[in-house]
Amino acid sequence: MAEVSVLEAVRETLDEVLAADERVFLLGEDLEAGGVFRATDGLSAKYPGRVLDAPLAESSIIGITIGAAHYGQRPVAEIQFADFIHAGFDQLCSEASRWSWRTRGEQYLPMVVRTPWGGGVHGGQHHSQSIEAYYAHMPGIKVVAPSFPADYRSLLKAAIADPNPVLFLEHKRTYRLIRQEVDGAPAEDRIGKSRITRHGDDLTVFAYGLMLHESLAAAEELAGEGIECTVVDLLTLNPLDRETILEAARATGKVLIVHEDTLTGGLGGEIAGIIAEHAFEDLDAPIRRLAGPDIPPIPFHEAMETAFMPDRTKIAAAARDLAAY
Amino acid sequence: MATVTMPQLGESVTEGTVLQWLKQPGDTVALDESLCEIETEKVSAELPSPFEGTLGEILVPEGETVDVDAPLCTINEAASASPEPAPAAVAEPAAAEAEAAPAADNSRSGVYSPVVQRLAAKHDIDLAAIAGSGRGGRVTRKDVQALIDERAREAAAADGIPPAAAPLPLPDGEVVPPPEVATVAASDAYDVVPLSPTRRKIGENMARSTAEAPQAWMMVEADVSGLVDLRARERERFAGVDLTYLPYFASTVAHTLTDFPELNARWHGDELRRYRRVNLGIAIATERGLVVPVVPNARDLSVAGLARRIDDLVARAHAGKLRIEDMEAGTFTVNNTGAFGSIASNPIVNHPQIGIVTMERVVRRPVVVEGDAIAIRSVMNVALSFDHRALDGAEAGAFLAALKDRLEALS
Repeated sequence: MAEVSVLEAVRETLDEVLAADERVFLLGEDLEAGGVFRATDGLSAKYPGRVLDAPLAESSIIGITIGAAHYGQRPVAEIQFADFIHAGFDQLCSEASRWSWRTRGEQYLPMVVRTPWGGGVHGGQHHSQSIEAYYAHMPGIKVVAPSFPADYRSLLKAAIADPNPVLFLEHKRTYRLIRQEVDGAPAEDRIGKSRITRHGDDLTVFAYGLMLHESLAAAEELAGEGIECTVVDLLTLNPLDRETILEAARATGKVLIVHEDTLTGGLGGEIAGIIAEHAFEDLDAPIRRLAGPDIPPIPFHEAMETAFMPDRTKIAAAARDLAAY
Repeated sequence: MATVTMPQLGESVTEGTVLQWLKQPGDTVALDESLCEIETEKVSAELPSPFEGTLGEILVPEGETVDVDAPLCTINEAASASPEPAPAAVAEPAAAEAEAAPAADNSRSGVYSPVVQRLAAKHDIDLAAIAGSGRGGRVTRKDVQALIDERAREAAAADGIPPAAAPLPLPDGEVVPPPEVATVAASDAYDVVPLSPTRRKIGENMARSTAEAPQAWMMVEADVSGLVDLRARERERFAGVDLTYLPYFASTVAHTLTDFPELNARWHGDELRRYRRVNLGIAIATERGLVVPVVPNARDLSVAGLARRIDDLVARAHAGKLRIEDMEAGTFTVNNTGAFGSIASNPIVNHPQIGIVTMERVVRRPVVVEGDAIAIRSVMNVALSFDHRALDGAEAGAFLAALKDRLEALS
């Protein structure tokens, strides 16, 4: 079988799920025409009335999704760019997240919100942001951020099958950049599990999305210098897979957490906290975070965007420093 | 001449008390050798000397409390003083990192990470003897692990075990995978410790007891000031035997059990067997693990007799020379957890016995005595775990109350 890109993995999975389950429908801006990234290309013709255009109103998109889930549908919403999802923050965090608690577990909200996130595409400040930390903070919303096409397939299916709200993050830079021979590739189908994708005994790198691929590239480069990295693909950001995180941290005692989201309040702090709290006696160096700087807009200019985002060069430099500690 | 100051032992700590000077003026002091004991509201610690030389003047006498950074003593540095004295107590990473790392920088050779300290303690490794490969000469986890692996290889070679177990060829040419040999470190992430027969047996007994017997716990406090005086008086009479509190305690327990036969019993499936004799198990911690030999008919022995009997059991337990008959037929168990410094513990019943008491450490404390006065008394906690299938809290509580009365009556 040919290699599949992240985008193709998403589109094929949506196709497969639409065919298999009549309760599934897609809702979002420009979806009928195939979506700005072409994630729903061809699906509206194939599934008439089940791929719906929505007005530019993210709060409504998520609100309608909640309502449909209440009525037994399996809605999959798309927010065209994650940067705009905050208009629906209240719907997600104040309504969707707590429904099963409010009904004492008698009712569930089987809904998915898909959204492209992340930088590296010269999208400027409103088309490049990382929004995961706001929502990963919210109990009741599962946040999934895969890196490889095979995991996109298995986890998108798991998200749509999940009885609770799932925010499914698709890194837009990887849509066409990352391709994988998916047959036989490891595919995690449980939300809440991370995967150790590379084993090495000098230090452990945690990452997700584009940064996972940059971390793997850095690890490859470092291996040539005799520095061996364990690399963890987090896959799910809420709930975090504490078991795997601790196992990987203990394996080397030196931890580097990478995300393009800004440093303060980012996922790195939570991961560092888990490790400091439960693996203190296994640490051999201060936990290190490599993240976007604490400034609100991701710059548009290429040189400045490069300066903003962590990449394989910066990761390798941080890893070298940590290995030498 | 260098000055040693009061370190900040904890983020919010502002002062510390010098408990005891371990060095006197004129004494030679090596780098990191303990100068004195310091106590703060958070921790107590020995203060390692940041300098090498001889102790000059003591500026803070024992018992005095001073602010953080106050000078404690002076040290006349040796001619070959260490190149860069680390600040007392904990080195500040940021400050150390600010130093550019020139060749042969050993500024961090004494800074040990949690994992390095843990591995060193576990494998009895002298960290000072390792040349660290980390920044500033820091000893890294991998440095320690390499030493551990090397020792394991040497030990395995000495035992005649091949360092890496090769597949074993069978006569018909089939190859079986090597057995999982647990004598060498199997991974960087952990070390494999093979279970000794004693350890395995302890594990089975503990797991069985907690799995089978629903256990409840209670504790009383006894004023044993009279016992403390009694032991001090009688100690001199016991030549050749170190008289601890344990024989008194064992004797008191044995006699209390006379009035509470329901606790001197063993659980046997669908019946409870109450024993007429008290065969008292004594928990003894040895290098090989916990053993519980039995003093048969403990009630018939005097305190002196018990002391000699227990002394003999302890000696043979440490020598690994206990006999099967020493271990059998216990009806109740006593554990002297106070010997470890414990003041409260929650023991696990020595199944199929149904009760175990711990004697915790005797401590001097202010207590309210008759006439609403406060006096300094020697007090001890006594804890009982019991099999709740066999009896209830009322009976257990009555037993503990009687035991307390008997202990307090000793004088």
